[in-house]
Amino acid sequence: MSMDRRQFLKIVGISSLFGLGASAASATYPVIAPGLRPDQARTKKNALIAKRWAMVVDMSKFKSEEDIKKVIAVCHAAHNVPDFGNIKDEIKWIWKEPFKNAFPGQEHDRMSAEQKHLPFIVLCNHCDNPACVRVCPTQATFKRKDGIVMMDMHRCIGCRYCMAACPYGARSFNYRDPRPFIKNENKEHPTRTRGVVEKCTFCTERLSIGKMPYCVEAAPQGGLVFGDLDDPNSEVSKIVSSKYTIRRKPELGTRPSIFYVIGG
Amino acid sequence: MLEKALEGGTKYWTWVIFLAALSAVGTYYYLQQYAYGLGITGLSRDVSWGLYIGQFTFLVGVAASAVMLVIPYYLHDYKKFGKIVILGEFLAISAVIMCILFIFVDMGQPMRITNVMLHPTLNAVMFWDSLVLSGYLFLNVLIGWVTLGADRKGVAPPQWIKPFIYLSIPWAISIHTVTAFLYAGLPGRHLWLTAILAARFLASAFAAGPALLIILAMIVRKVTTFDPGREPIQTLGKIVTYAMFANVFFLGLELFTAFYSNIPGHAHPFHYLYAGLEGHNELVPMMWTSSILAIVSLAMLLIPAARKNEGTLAFAAVALFISLWIDKGFGLIIGGFVPNMMGQVRPYWPTYPETMITIGVWAIGILILTFLYKIAITVREETKGVELEH
Repeated sequence: MSMDRRQFLKIVGISSLFGLGASAASATYPVIAPGLRPDQARTKKNALIAKRWAMVVDMSKFKSEEDIKKVIAVCHAAHNVPDFGNIKDEIKWIWKEPFKNAFPGQEHDRMSAEQKHLPFIVLCNHCDNPACVRVCPTQATFKRKDGIVMMDMHRCIGCRYCMAACPYGARSFNYRDPRPFIKNENKEHPTRTRGVVEKCTFCTERLSIGKMPYCVEAAPQGGLVFGDLDDPNSEVSKIVSSKYTIRRKPELGTRPSIFYVIGG
Repeated sequence: MLEKALEGGTKYWTWVIFLAALSAVGTYYYLQQYAYGLGITGLSRDVSWGLYIGQFTFLVGVAASAVMLVIPYYLHDYKKFGKIVILGEFLAISAVIMCILFIFVDMGQPMRITNVMLHPTLNAVMFWDSLVLSGYLFLNVLIGWVTLGADRKGVAPPQWIKPFIYLSIPWAISIHTVTAFLYAGLPGRHLWLTAILAARFLASAFAAGPALLIILAMIVRKVTTFDPGREPIQTLGKIVTYAMFANVFFLGLELFTAFYSNIPGHAHPFHYLYAGLEGHNELVPMMWTSSILAIVSLAMLLIPAARKNEGTLAFAAVALFISLWIDKGFGLIIGGFVPNMMGQVRPYWPTYPETMITIGVWAIGILILTFLYKIAITVREETKGVELEH
C-alpha cells in the first residue's frame, strides 16, 4: 500500500475524529513485530512476542513455602517494590493468598481448614477485558496488543479508580515515597514516585530482551508457565486445553489471562 | 455586585474570619499531605477511597438539588420560589466547587490533574463526570449572575438566558447520574453494582439538598432582614418528604434484593455496615444513627402538624441531612470496599489530618456560599417590595 504525505495526514486527521488516530498511524509504519505497535519500537530482535500473553499457575509444583516466597522475593527485588512493613501502605505485585481468598465463594463448609488455606500465587490477571483500563480517565493504564495491561507511571494522576475497578485487588498505590523502603535498589529498573498506582507488568522489560518473566524463571519447573494463548502449540495452550484449569471470578466477564491448574 | 460581599457588620466579618481560619487549618494539613502523600489518611490498599470521595459524592447531590427549585419556578411558574431560587443556584455553585476541591485533595498526583482533559478518554466515566460538573458550575454561575443582576435593576432577565435555565434542568440530573455511574459499573463491587444506584443518588440528593435549603432559608431569615417567606419553605418541606420517602423505599429495595436472593457478595457489605462482619463493627453505630434519623425525620415530615410547625420542620431537616450525610458521604463508599476483593475485612477510619482537610474544604465551600448569599440577600434587601419580573 503506498500513500503520500497528504493522504496520510488526511486519514489520520479524519480517523482521529473518531478516536482511531493511533490505529491509522500505526498502519502506515513498518511492522516491527506482529502484535506490537510502533511505540514498542525499542523491542530487540530476540524479543519474545505473542498475540496474547498468558500464564498457567500449577501450585502442585511448589513443594514448599520457600518455593513460593522465592518467586515473590525475586519479583519484588527486581522491580524495586518497597516494603513498608504494614498492611495499610503495602505494595505488592505478586503474592500468596489462601484458596478461600483467591477464589472467594468457591470454598465450602465441609472443606478442611488445610484445603481452605492452600496457598495460591496471585498477580495481575492481565485481563482480556480489563475493568481498570475501561475506567482510567487518562489512559495511564492501557492494554497492549499482546494482551499485557500496562501502567504509564508518568501519566497516572493517582485517582485510584483502577483500584476500585479491579476485581482482584491486583493494584497498589504509593501512599508515600517508596524509595526509602527499597532495600537494595535495582538500578536497572525505575523506582516509582508517591501518588501513583502500580502492579505486575508481566516483565515487559524482560520479554523485550528475550527473557521470561522473573517469577517464571524463579518458580519450580512447571509451576508458572508463560506463553502465547493464541498459539495452539504453546505450552500454555496445551495445558489449558487438556487439563482442568480455573480462573479467578470468571463470572465478571473480565477474561483473566492467568489460569490455575486444579488437581495437578 | 461582587463588592456587596465586602460590606458587612461585625457579626458577618467574625463569621468570615472564622471560616477563613478553618480553611487555613485545612490548607496547612493539605500541605502536609502534599509533602507526605495520601498515606497521611486512613486509606489503604483495600479501602482506596474514603472520606474525600464520600464528600464529593454527597455534594454532587447537594449541587444537583438546585433543580428542585428551578423546576417548580421555571417550568411550573410557581412564583413563590422567585425569591429563593437564587439561594438554590448559589448553593449549587459552592457545592460544585467543594466537589472539585475534594477530587483535587484525593489525587495522588494533583499537578497532573489536567491529564484528564489532555488525554480525553471517552470510555472513562470520570472524564464525563469532570465535564458535566464543570458545565454545571458554568451554567449556575451564568444563570445566577444574570438573573440576580436583572433583579437588582428591577427588570426582567434577558430572554437569551432562558435556554440556559432549561438546559440546567437535565444537566442537574446528569451530574448525579454520571456520578452514580462512577460506581454502578464496576464489576465485583456488589454494594454499588445496582441498576438503581443513580435513582437512589437522585432521591437522596433531592431530599438532602432541599433540607439544607430549608435550614439555610431559616438562617437567612434570622440573621438578615430578608425573609424567604413561610410558603416556599413549606413547599420545600413537601419536596423533601417525597424525595426522602423515595430514598428510604429505594434502600429497602436494595435490602430485599440482597437478603432475599441471599447471594453472599450482595449481602456482605450490608452485614458489615449494619451488623458488623468478622468482628469488625466500626461503622455499625454510625449506620444505625443514620437509619434512626431517617425514620424519625421521615415520620416528622409525614405528619402534617409537625411539618407545618417551623420548629419541628427545622429539626426534621437537620436530622435528615445528618442521616443522608452518613449514608452517602461515608457508608456508601466504605461499604463498597469492605469486604475487599479477597473477601477480607480491612476496616477504614479517617485520620486527624484527613478530617481537618475535609473540614477545611467544607469551610472554603461555606465561605463561598456566605459571600454569594451576602450578595444575593443584599440585592433582595435593596429591592424589597419590588415584584420579580422573571
